[in-house]
Amino acid sequence: MKRENRTLRVKLLIAACVMFGFGFALIPFYKTICEVAGLNNLLRADKGVSNSQIDTSRMVMVQFDANTRNLAWRFKPLQASVNVHPGQMVRVDYEVENTLDRAVTGQAIPSYTPMVAERHVQKLECFCFRQQTFAAHEKRVMPVVFTVDSDLPTEVPVFTLSYTFFEVAGTQK
Amino acid sequence: MSAVTPDAVHGHDHGHDGHDHDHHMPTGWRRWMTATNHKDIGTLYLFFSFIMFLTGGVLALTIRAELFQPGLQIVRPEFFNQLTTMHGLIMVFGAIMPAFVGFANWMIPLMIGAPDMAFARMNNWSFWLLPPAALLLVSSFFVPGGASAAGWTLYAPLSLQMGMGMDMTIFAVHIMGASSIMGAINIVVTILNMRAPGMTLMKMPMFAWTWLITAYLLIAVMPVLAGAVTMLLTDRHFGTSFFNAAGGGDPVLYQHVFWFFGHPEVYIMILPAFGIVSQIVPAFARKPLFGYASMVYATASIAILSFVVWAHHMFTTGMPAVTQIAFMYMTMLIAVPTGVKVFNWIATMWRGSMTFETPMLFAVGFIFVFTMGGFTGLMLAIAPADIQYQDTYFVVAHFHYVLVAGSLFALFAGTYYWIPKWTGHMYDEKLGKRHFWLSMISFNVTFFPMHFLGLAGMPRRIPDYNPFFTDFNQLATVGAFGFGLSQVFFFYIVLKCIKGGPKAADKPWDGAEGLEWTVPSPAPFHTFEVPPVFEAPAGHGH
Amino acid sequence: MKKTVVRTASLIGVVLAMAPAFALDGQYNFQHPVTHLAEDIFGLHMLMFWICVVIFVAVFGVMFYSVFAHRKSKGAVAATFHESTTVEILWTIVPVVILLGMAWPATKTVLAMKDTSNPEITIKATGYQWKWGYDYMQGEGQGISFLSTLSTPRAQIDQGEWKGDNYLLEVDNEVVVPIGKKVRVLLTAQDVIHAWWVPAFGVKQDAIPGFIRDVWFKAEKEGVFRGNCAELCGKDHGFMPIVVRVVSQQAYTEWVAAKAAPPAAASAPATTDKAAPSAASEPKPAAASAS
Repeated sequence: MKRENRTLRVKLLIAACVMFGFGFALIPFYKTICEVAGLNNLLRADKGVSNSQIDTSRMVMVQFDANTRNLAWRFKPLQASVNVHPGQMVRVDYEVENTLDRAVTGQAIPSYTPMVAERHVQKLECFCFRQQTFAAHEKRVMPVVFTVDSDLPTEVPVFTLSYTFFEVAGTQK
Repeated sequence: MSAVTPDAVHGHDHGHDGHDHDHHMPTGWRRWMTATNHKDIGTLYLFFSFIMFLTGGVLALTIRAELFQPGLQIVRPEFFNQLTTMHGLIMVFGAIMPAFVGFANWMIPLMIGAPDMAFARMNNWSFWLLPPAALLLVSSFFVPGGASAAGWTLYAPLSLQMGMGMDMTIFAVHIMGASSIMGAINIVVTILNMRAPGMTLMKMPMFAWTWLITAYLLIAVMPVLAGAVTMLLTDRHFGTSFFNAAGGGDPVLYQHVFWFFGHPEVYIMILPAFGIVSQIVPAFARKPLFGYASMVYATASIAILSFVVWAHHMFTTGMPAVTQIAFMYMTMLIAVPTGVKVFNWIATMWRGSMTFETPMLFAVGFIFVFTMGGFTGLMLAIAPADIQYQDTYFVVAHFHYVLVAGSLFALFAGTYYWIPKWTGHMYDEKLGKRHFWLSMISFNVTFFPMHFLGLAGMPRRIPDYNPFFTDFNQLATVGAFGFGLSQVFFFYIVLKCIKGGPKAADKPWDGAEGLEWTVPSPAPFHTFEVPPVFEAPAGHGH
Repeated sequence: MKKTVVRTASLIGVVLAMAPAFALDGQYNFQHPVTHLAEDIFGLHMLMFWICVVIFVAVFGVMFYSVFAHRKSKGAVAATFHESTTVEILWTIVPVVILLGMAWPATKTVLAMKDTSNPEITIKATGYQWKWGYDYMQGEGQGISFLSTLSTPRAQIDQGEWKGDNYLLEVDNEVVVPIGKKVRVLLTAQDVIHAWWVPAFGVKQDAIPGFIRDVWFKAEKEGVFRGNCAELCGKDHGFMPIVVRVVSQQAYTEWVAAKAAPPAAASAPATTDKAAPSAASEPKPAAASAS
């Protein structure tokens, strides 16, 4: 009986250690899973154009939208929309101006509608890949370079690419 | 594990018999604080849930009073939101769920011929976790910022804006979740290991079956809820961004996690009710339950389907068409096993020899009104229409039809059915019938007009409305006060029955079947110390 | 004389046709649909309603017959049957067939609702605690931007003053759209989740902070259509209505001209200037539900 108790205790201790360790192992696990599954890659350029063939048989209208959330920046696309052939490389400029008297660091988060478009946009360059620090009243024009896959479903002739700029927490002085 | 097989319990009891009776019966408050007897704990659960039911009821009546006419009269909008939030949380986690656990504690050992629950001390712990949790919930009204006002669903990011009342709610949910998980484990182990010899799974009383399945649902989803509210907590205080787009999170993720808990939760609150009704209808139709096996399979399929329909609560969040269609089909599919259950009950009544004592009235009332809630549920399954019903009073009407006329009426039915066994007295039949009719009528006066309000365009969770909606709101308020008073009347009937009344026979209902009726009324403190021999009643054997 | 007869007959016909829907546009049912989608939804809703009524009558007809006929007090003797495989299979299969019948039209409507392609006008609606901001992003009127807040006086809400027909459903700046044009509404929010709901259009969509979603409508009737925020968003959730005015194409062009002319000098001429809405909401979400 005593020995049984002791082995049980040892087993429970090992189980506790393993669980505790698993908590920490989750971080690399999560990163690996995201890389493999291609999840949560907001902050990286896409791997490149999967299909460089330009599909001239149809046009896709891409609308651009800009929002700021609790951030007094002036943020707008310089074009409201573009018409492109799938596969064609597009460059769009966004203009950002910090209206505050202090330096602010912001991060832009993209969003697409219809949601299916997200999987068919390959971004090669984007200001959303990293945090952007603006000096007081600084004004900058920042580009987004992307292509639309030619496998974008034909039911989606128009989609909207929207960015929301957030102030990065903990950076305000 | 082998320590809890019937044989071992049998042996154990012989060793300690007599001894137990002397030492395990403290009196006064100690009896309840240290209770390990399933009957005492069942009683504690039932009284606790009734107190919470009245508390939630007072909140509901304040809401209805404010909505009696357009304009703000009694409460401010911020307090109104706290009322709706707390009404929901208290009724779901404080009243309905503990009440069913109370029934499980009292009746499952008696119905399967077990001496007690498998883990008696854990049973005590799982009950005594509830009062502190309830205290946390209720006292959050009095902290700066007041109680959580984000709705009982606690949707992020609104819940991230709340004051410390939200943190108290989160901890209360954690504690109640732990309590439910322990209660569920106890029920699973008791049912699987402690049935009387001869009672195979497919000969178990329906109530035990529904609770077995419910317990598995609880074990599966309560940790999910705990995870959801923990993520809220870390988002609120520790700088994570699970639900904050700025950090790569997504507010809709919260809804996915919450409803992955929330939809099975709906069935956690209704499956034991199905069980109670399946006990009562055959007893008063004097005819075995029709389609016992299909009843079991239907319950299990409802439980399994409940895990794959959660996103039907989120059609307006804007999901891809394919997802929406898939969730719509799965949701519609739930109507099939639910329909099977209703048909089985009616087939049980068909060509029976029915009498309508109060338990039967409530059971038939349950079938009737719950099915109406089922119909609106079916309408809500149709995604395009659901988008228009969503967040209107139509939804409020729907879920009160299934939770009040469903769960609550089944609880009343069960109380009247088993109270002779609990107290040893018959309740006052005349008063019981009066309670049924008062509840039934005032319930419908309260909630039926809400269907129309919702269709005509009144959103839920608003403290003030356009005068166009006044008539039905006034009707609902009048009905709600009637319903509230009827439940005070119910409390009087129960108290009267506890104090005295005609002596109840061991088996007060001539058509009732089951081991619980083989023990004396009131059930002695210890029952089935020697496992009974179980003979399947007609209709259970094959 | 003949005319009166015809008129009376047609009136009776209309009343009869509308009877199933109770009083359309009344207190009992959905508001009168003004888009084809809303009509489809209304049709689905009524189809479901009638299927439910038929099942209700059938099932409870049987139950209540049993309740009255098979009573002990009437000398009923209990039968002993307790299963019947045929019946049980039958009442599993029949509901499945009925469900398939419902699923077909519902699926078609879902697909139609999701088809936001080729809009003639795109408007972005942004939910704020507790008001809506609108930006006309594409099509005629591009560049128009305004906030829309509740215009019901506080005294009506708090002090029991006489309440008008549009109590809590009136705003200072209405959304104006032309009749018969496909309007796509993009939705996002500044702080918490809101939902943009216009019952008569059959449109309801959550506005989620940090994300963008879309819905569309094409109004077939001129008029003013009112809705509410339909997702709990805090204190003044009940006080941020949505009002859409559908006007003729000509009136719309005039409205656009009037809207664009005077403030153009004051604000930056850029097409999608975010300064106005974000500045207004930036400092703190003060209680500004009614003005």
